Amino acid sequence: MSRSAVTDSRPQSQQVKGSGSLLRWRLTRLIGPSVLLGPAGLWLLLLLVVPVLLILRISLVPGLRPEQAITNYGLDNYLQILQPTYLRVLLRSVTFASGTTALCLVVGFPVAYWLALIAPKRWRNLLLVVFILPLWTSSLLRTYAWITLLRTSGVINLVLSSLGLPEQNLMNTTGAVLVGMTYSFLPYMVLILYASLEKLDLRLLEAAADLGASPNVAFWKVTVPQTLPGIAAGGLLVFVTSLGDFVVPTLLGGPSSMTISRLIYNQFLGVSRNWGFGSALSIVLISAVSIAIALLLKYGDRNPDGFS
Amino acid sequence: MSIQTLQKKVSWQGLFALLVYGFMYLPILVLGVYSFNKSRYGAIWEGFSLRWYRRLFQDERLFAALGDSLKIALVAVSVSAVLGTLMAIGLSKYRFRGRSLYLGISYLPLIVPDIAIAVSTLVFLASVAIPLSIWTAIAAHMVFCLAYIAVVVSSRLSGLDPNLEEAALDLGATPTQALVKILLPQLMPAIISGCLLAFVLSLDDLLISSFTTGGGANPLPIEIFSRIRTGVKPDMNALSVLLILSSGLLAAIAEYLRCKGSNQAIKG
Repeated sequence: MSRSAVTDSRPQSQQVKGSGSLLRWRLTRLIGPSVLLGPAGLWLLLLLVVPVLLILRISLVPGLRPEQAITNYGLDNYLQILQPTYLRVLLRSVTFASGTTALCLVVGFPVAYWLALIAPKRWRNLLLVVFILPLWTSSLLRTYAWITLLRTSGVINLVLSSLGLPEQNLMNTTGAVLVGMTYSFLPYMVLILYASLEKLDLRLLEAAADLGASPNVAFWKVTVPQTLPGIAAGGLLVFVTSLGDFVVPTLLGGPSSMTISRLIYNQFLGVSRNWGFGSALSIVLISAVSIAIALLLKYGDRNPDGFS
Repeated sequence: MSIQTLQKKVSWQGLFALLVYGFMYLPILVLGVYSFNKSRYGAIWEGFSLRWYRRLFQDERLFAALGDSLKIALVAVSVSAVLGTLMAIGLSKYRFRGRSLYLGISYLPLIVPDIAIAVSTLVFLASVAIPLSIWTAIAAHMVFCLAYIAVVVSSRLSGLDPNLEEAALDLGATPTQALVKILLPQLMPAIISGCLLAFVLSLDDLLISSFTTGGGANPLPIEIFSRIRTGVKPDMNALSVLLILSSGLLAAIAEYLRCKGSNQAIKG
């Protein structure tokens, strides 16, 4: 932090003091920001910003392998992503992410609504904590739990066959990935929707009812528009998290569910060892996530706050 | 029509919520039940047994992995607690050119997918020829740990009364004294719950560890991943139960602190 860059945040009266304290104040102006903001900023710069810029550079080196010198630049890695095989991978990732977002919204909204508006007031906090408690446990083992349920000799098939129904092949399907991802990210959605619904002004619903709106109409015309910022934020969080998820598609999706994060993983730790291509994929993933967030920031602020 | 009748009409949501709670806890319950199952294969119940727990406690490889994970998490979180708190205080205190850029960068670890962070860190470490070890993993974990701690502390900072610190300064306290005696005690609940969050995230991290430890260490998620990838392992059921119980305890502590913190905020 350069000294000139620091503008004063303290009241005028404090600056008009004796020369000794003025000197001390000037020193503090220099030392304070650099002690407070310096170490963390440096760390993020060194281990996040520089590395991301580095893979941006490497993504422009066609087919760079580890420990290979950079000789020429080009867009070959990005053009490779446009091949049908890899476009299918991108499409699959987006499908998984949007499917998960939709499922989380459909399942999460009624739960959040019940928690925020219907459940007994004194239990609300506890009920919410119980709902998001699974987030505190290992995401690997929560996904592993679904293997126990879904596999061919798993619990669901055991129940099915004891009912005299045919066994189903549930593992390594799109359905398994969607269920696993929804299970993993539903608590985030409920948490955000709850925060949004909790602030809902119930008088608006009463007014709507007094003016003759049916509960159904009141829900779509009052509740949903009022909680739209929460819906957008929750949807974005789930979309972004599931787009970059690695664990669920790998464990529940099997070899046919190749996603962008698995593809990136393979370029570095798998057999492919193509750092250039992997970096290009990472840049595409980062860009997709950033664009989604920028869109939310741009349009998400148009919430109907003036309404309440 | 009153809110009461409105609520009566939509109370199907209570039933639905019950079902969803079932959905959230069914897999965990199933793991719990099967961790006591004698049978090695299949889902058929063959009788109660503690053999998987016994086997778990004899599993030295797993304990070594747990040790590595705890070491990474403890070191990364304690350093990040200091850096993240300082950053949050700095961001709330100063307005400077480039502040929004700094703020944006501080949010990056929360936004950029783990796989991309992992890959970039690996490429960076390779480009400066730093060999992978437990220390590179700690350095990489610090990136997201300090970002999460800073976010939690920031939200608490925004609810604090700035007059208290200014009063201390007017009464002759040095800025450092004001920070240590006035600000830090008020921030403590937020710092601790931020640390718990970072600690849990660090213990849970698979991707960043996979790319930054090399052969130098073998944290628990990497060990678990390599085992469950190849199918169902009954001793992993037992491990799940133990981990879920301990993280439940952590969550309870964190929630208690959060409630305590928000009560204080209301009083203040």
